[in-house]
Amino acid sequence: MTKAITVAGLHKSFGRTHALDGLDLAVETGEVHGFLGPNGAGKSTTIRVLLGLLRADSGAAQLLGRDPWNDAVELHRRIAYVPGDVTLWRNLSGGEVIDLYGRLRGGLDKARRADLIERFELDPTKKGRTYSKGNRQKVALVAALASDVDLLILDEPTSGLDPLMEGVFRSCVEEERDRGRTVLLSSHVLSEVEALCDRVSIIRKGRTVESGSLADLRHLTRTSVSAELVGAPNGLTHLPGVHDVDVQGRRVKLQVDTDKLDAVLRSLTESGIRSLTSSPPTLEELFLRHYAPEEAMSR
Amino acid sequence: MTAIGQTAAFAPRSGGSRPLAGTGALLRLALRRDRVMLPLWVIVLGGAISSAPNSLRNLYSTAAERSNVVESMSTNGSLRALYGPAFSDSIGGITAWRYVTFGALMAGIMSLIIVVRHTREEEETGRQELLSAAMVGRRAPLTAALLTALVANAALALLIAAGLGGEGRGGALTLGLAIGGVGMLFATMAGIAAQLTESARLAKGLTAAALALAFVLRAAGDAGARDGSSVLTWLSPVGWAENTRAFAAERWWVLLLFAGAIVVQGVIAFNLAGRRDIGMSFLPTRPGPAEGRLRAAGSLAWRLQRGSVLGWGVGFLATGVMFGGMTEGAADLVGDSEKTREIFERMGGQSSLTDAFLAAMVGMLGMVAALYVVQTVLRLHSEETAQRAEPILANAVGRIRWAAGHLVIAFGGAALLMVLGGLGLAIGSGKEPGPILGACLVQLAGIWVFGGLATLLHGVFPKAAVAAWGASGIALALGWIGPALNLPQSVMNLSPFEHLPSLPGPEMRWAPVLTLTVVAAGLVAAGLAGLRRRDIQT
Repeated sequence: MTKAITVAGLHKSFGRTHALDGLDLAVETGEVHGFLGPNGAGKSTTIRVLLGLLRADSGAAQLLGRDPWNDAVELHRRIAYVPGDVTLWRNLSGGEVIDLYGRLRGGLDKARRADLIERFELDPTKKGRTYSKGNRQKVALVAALASDVDLLILDEPTSGLDPLMEGVFRSCVEEERDRGRTVLLSSHVLSEVEALCDRVSIIRKGRTVESGSLADLRHLTRTSVSAELVGAPNGLTHLPGVHDVDVQGRRVKLQVDTDKLDAVLRSLTESGIRSLTSSPPTLEELFLRHYAPEEAMSR
Repeated sequence: MTAIGQTAAFAPRSGGSRPLAGTGALLRLALRRDRVMLPLWVIVLGGAISSAPNSLRNLYSTAAERSNVVESMSTNGSLRALYGPAFSDSIGGITAWRYVTFGALMAGIMSLIIVVRHTREEEETGRQELLSAAMVGRRAPLTAALLTALVANAALALLIAAGLGGEGRGGALTLGLAIGGVGMLFATMAGIAAQLTESARLAKGLTAAALALAFVLRAAGDAGARDGSSVLTWLSPVGWAENTRAFAAERWWVLLLFAGAIVVQGVIAFNLAGRRDIGMSFLPTRPGPAEGRLRAAGSLAWRLQRGSVLGWGVGFLATGVMFGGMTEGAADLVGDSEKTREIFERMGGQSSLTDAFLAAMVGMLGMVAALYVVQTVLRLHSEETAQRAEPILANAVGRIRWAAGHLVIAFGGAALLMVLGGLGLAIGSGKEPGPILGACLVQLAGIWVFGGLATLLHGVFPKAAVAAWGASGIALALGWIGPALNLPQSVMNLSPFEHLPSLPGPEMRWAPVLTLTVVAAGLVAAGLAGLRRRDIQT
């Protein structure tokens, strides 16, 4: 599989602030890639570097096989971008703006434009100053999704959209994937990420801390186990990868690294199991673990 | 990851390939956005200049009269400071003499607004980010902005050349090109300023300050030399425009100075534009305090406006000192003719020439302070339309208190400016400060009327709030050019300043001062009442 985006060891400083500190990122062609991280982690800075809006201090980056800074204009024919905060011109209509962006990219699919306007329930005749936050977002989304491009870069694209419109957005992204387009999606809406993304990269303080499919990431984190045993539990605390063991009589609660689950279950079976519940980590737990300041680093 | 090694890192800083891609689309975007503003600027400014010969013919019907007025007025240092020297007594020559400085300043203001609006302002609002993520080269926004300015200035130059063609084609074209040249010179300068600063407001302020300096240099140079040959005049682009000598054996080569300066500044701006990150600037911004001490809407207003007040204050003090220094020249007048005295009396009232000169300068300061007060009151409008007022008003802050913070700075700031200008005049002229300061404060009644008008428009007709600029601009044009055009008193009376006593010199008349102050207060009250009743603009 070819890579749509490859980034290696990217550094970018603004004065004394190190926004990017050796960031790596790999996005396969045709996948929807989630780009996650707490506020200020460097997501938008990375995206701006990828768009050739910022120039990295060091490191390497390639989009669709080309240099994002030097080949910016040619690349942008094949890229559509939606920022999280769209500003429009006060005296230009939404329709005018959509067509402007279409012309400034590889062109606009008229039928798709009409279809998207209808699905997003956007009134393209209103002037920029009269749109609400969500409707400004729709203008940028329609312009991007109706463009004939290979790569979509979406930076919190659904901020301000109602749940209904978020649903429309999801089905649109799925259609894009079906057409073989690549999507880089930065988002804080975890259900959206779970529903759409083939793989995710989690960054913190300008570095990539985790990258892989959601299943992979789940595998790397802890499963919580609670059991009621026949006999007394034995030697659980000494098993590798076991944390937070809480024994009350014959009831046991514990957390275990998912790849060490086998040994724990064997130990529990030795004591005889009356009941057992085991729950994989929720997405929230997964992210909190990576977002939280210190704990995550000492994995 | 192995596909690209560390060696394939970023190439030396360049503009990237195709730095001009998308210029055409951006130019069309700019012209579409400015479809009302640009024609208005060009037609009003070009129309005013083109119609000058008509009124001049009425004023000076015979060649002898024209020759007399030119002879008397261009030998007077202080009048030369205002208008520059006259090089010809033809109708065209007098038109050029009267309008070249005015036209050049206006073209400069128009151009710097256009260029900053389509460069730094787009970055500041975040719109440029989305545009540049499409097929837009790094130098395309600047190019499109300069081309927009070129369209406006070329249209203005053509309108002047066509409108004054009857007075001599060569002269008309020279005047048009000189005024358009000043416009483009400040357009490219604004292009540089937009790269240097992170704020559009600051970029406009820096360029406007350079424009004001160009005017002051020309004025100081012409006060000393009768033929525009002073070094100071030649240091000023406004002085170059005058030195093209339209309708008086035109010096075409002076236009080459514009071409050279425009090219040099353009190259600098282009080089800077291709080399920087979007949204960033070459002048670093200092970090602000981690904890705020702003307690109320009023202190926020002061925090927002203090930079502007400081800039205007320094400008007023410096201009006062410079104009004050020219008072001596007005007193031992070389060509103390009847005509000069007459014109001065129209501008400054019947009194000694020294007083009349000072009164004329006080009047100038007053009219410029009206621009300050309009700008400061209209900050309410821009805060509101940028939706920064909304979260303030969502707190326990009433609309009146919110507005009052800015109004105090506008009306009180105008008083501060006039005191500083008066002090400058007193220092420069070495005259007793009391009467000069008094004269300056009397102007406040007229200045405040414009503040009241702006408050009224913002409060009651928020969509038309910017019309306050038009009103203060018309008053400035009337006060500056009206006396020399001998406009009928009924037209001159449109300006509130016309009703004020021309101090220092004559007797103080309280009635008009009090009347205008009451008018201003009434306008403010009506504006605030309207503000309480209407919807907040989104």
